[in-house]
Amino acid sequence: MIPFDFEYYRPSSVKEAADAYQALQAQGKQPMYWSGGTEIITMARLNEDRPGAVVDLKAIPECNVIEFRENDLIIGGCVTLSAVTGSNFFPLLGRAAQGVADQTSRNKITLGGNLCGRIYYREAVLPLLVADSRLVIAGKGGVREAAIHEVFRGQIRLEPGEFLLQTVTDREFVSLPSVHVKKRQIGNVGYPLVTLVAVKKGSRIRAAFSGICGFPFRSASIEQVLNTPGLSAEERARQAAGRLPAPPLTNTEGTADYRLFLFKQTIKDAIHALEGR
Amino acid sequence: MNVLESASLNSNAIYPLELEVNGERRWLWVRAAETLLHTLRDHLGLTGCKPGCENGDCGACTVILNGLPMKSCLMLAVEADGQRITTIEGLKHSPVQEQFVLKQAFQCGYCTSGFIMNGHGLLSAHPDADPETIRLWLESNICRCTSYEEIHGAIMAALAVNKEGGSATGSS
Ligand SMILES: Cc1cc2nc3c(=O)[nH]c(=O)nc-3n(C[C@H](O)[C@H](O)[C@H](O)COP(=O)(O)OP(=O)(O)OC[C@H]3O[C@@H](n4cnc5c(N)ncnc54)[C@H](O)[C@@H]3O)c2cc1C
Ligand code: FES
Ligand code: FES
Repeated sequence: MIPFDFEYYRPSSVKEAADAYQALQAQGKQPMYWSGGTEIITMARLNEDRPGAVVDLKAIPECNVIEFRENDLIIGGCVTLSAVTGSNFFPLLGRAAQGVADQTSRNKITLGGNLCGRIYYREAVLPLLVADSRLVIAGKGGVREAAIHEVFRGQIRLEPGEFLLQTVTDREFVSLPSVHVKKRQIGNVGYPLVTLVAVKKGSRIRAAFSGICGFPFRSASIEQVLNTPGLSAEERARQAAGRLPAPPLTNTEGTADYRLFLFKQTIKDAIHALEGR
Repeated sequence: MNVLESASLNSNAIYPLELEVNGERRWLWVRAAETLLHTLRDHLGLTGCKPGCENGDCGACTVILNGLPMKSCLMLAVEADGQRITTIEGLKHSPVQEQFVLKQAFQCGYCTSGFIMNGHGLLSAHPDADPETIRLWLESNICRCTSYEEIHGAIMAALAVNKEGGSATGSS
């Protein structure tokens, strides 16, 4: 049970949503955008999020699209993870989405919520990072498009009052040879110890990771090692482990040492899968 | 909902709600911050959906919303406005429920309604579910008494009955 009250708004256009957020902000209500709402409900129950109002984005048509437009795959921020997987438009994203939570929860958790949430794994972002996707962002100034690497650095970095409307991915990336590996403490449901997503574009491997550090990332320095000719898979994995952007995580899922071990193992597995050796 | 209208109407955070629950239209007023789980139990008397973790982990609160299983602890009642909901009370003598009885797929029974809702959703969405799909769907629920073997058996039996020509989803 959520131990406090908040107001609920369900605008049906981008402009109404941005205006409502701004008006509620001006009234001091500390509004939050709402997609699936699963994280806000969870955090509010623990008194960790305390919005005075929420602005539900689900009735905005642009937030619900999942379709190809010419060369671009457009996915709205409110599309659920199970719908992303079910569409099979971008199989790698479908597999990464299917790794999050469980089947029933994925009927509610959205792509936008996974990317913008506080829970730091944000695994669905990994395929978008390796695909150099773009993000369509809406706010009081209208709608803008930006490279994912500009806006998502460990976490989403939006201007106040902005929300994620859509992701846009070039069609050429959706069918590249790819690998998705998620290592958990136990079973098939749970937060990752390490999640790796990799594609092979031309002769180069691109890779992004979650779980190993306290944020998801793609690293030019690690990709340089992964693509160094003449190094064994073992040696590339060893060197990649020395180039993490932050110390490996220790939490209830596992220790830093265990995560490092799994990180190297998943890199070797990915190299074998993508290079056949 | 028109934002400006609703902004003036709802500053006390109580909202009118219309639901179709087990085939009946219901109208009520709810706090925006109330989850569907508590609305179903406390306002509509449908106590078959159970509060377990209230954190999305256990599945005891599962209902079917527009044909898909949904954890009612992860949804506000206001989000379900205008939607079609089935709870365990609406699945009397449905094939999955009957197989749970036949296979004795429960011990304390706390998880049972959630598993039946999920199984019912599975049969409706995937009458030809392969083992991988069955595994994926059943992972959404936890049984503390570990009746998993029997639960799996009940779902498999319901799928088989369905394939032999019985109605998978009963009357609901
Ligand atoms: C049972 C369970 C298991 C989970 N397991 C995993 C896992 O294995 N891996 C993993 O990566 N995650 C996992 N999660 C976390 C989950 O992916 C995130 O909590 C995610 O934020 C939930 O999405 P939502 O749509 O419900 O978000 P919401 O609750 O709607 O929003 C989350 C946050 O994002 C903001 N937000 C939402 N949409 C937008 C938008 N379009 N623009 C701007 N801001 C927005 C909200 O204001 C809020 O701060 C799990 C969650 C649950 C409930
Ligand atoms: S009570 Fe809803 S998932 Fe546990
Ligand atoms: S029968 Fe007791 S929790 Fe499942």
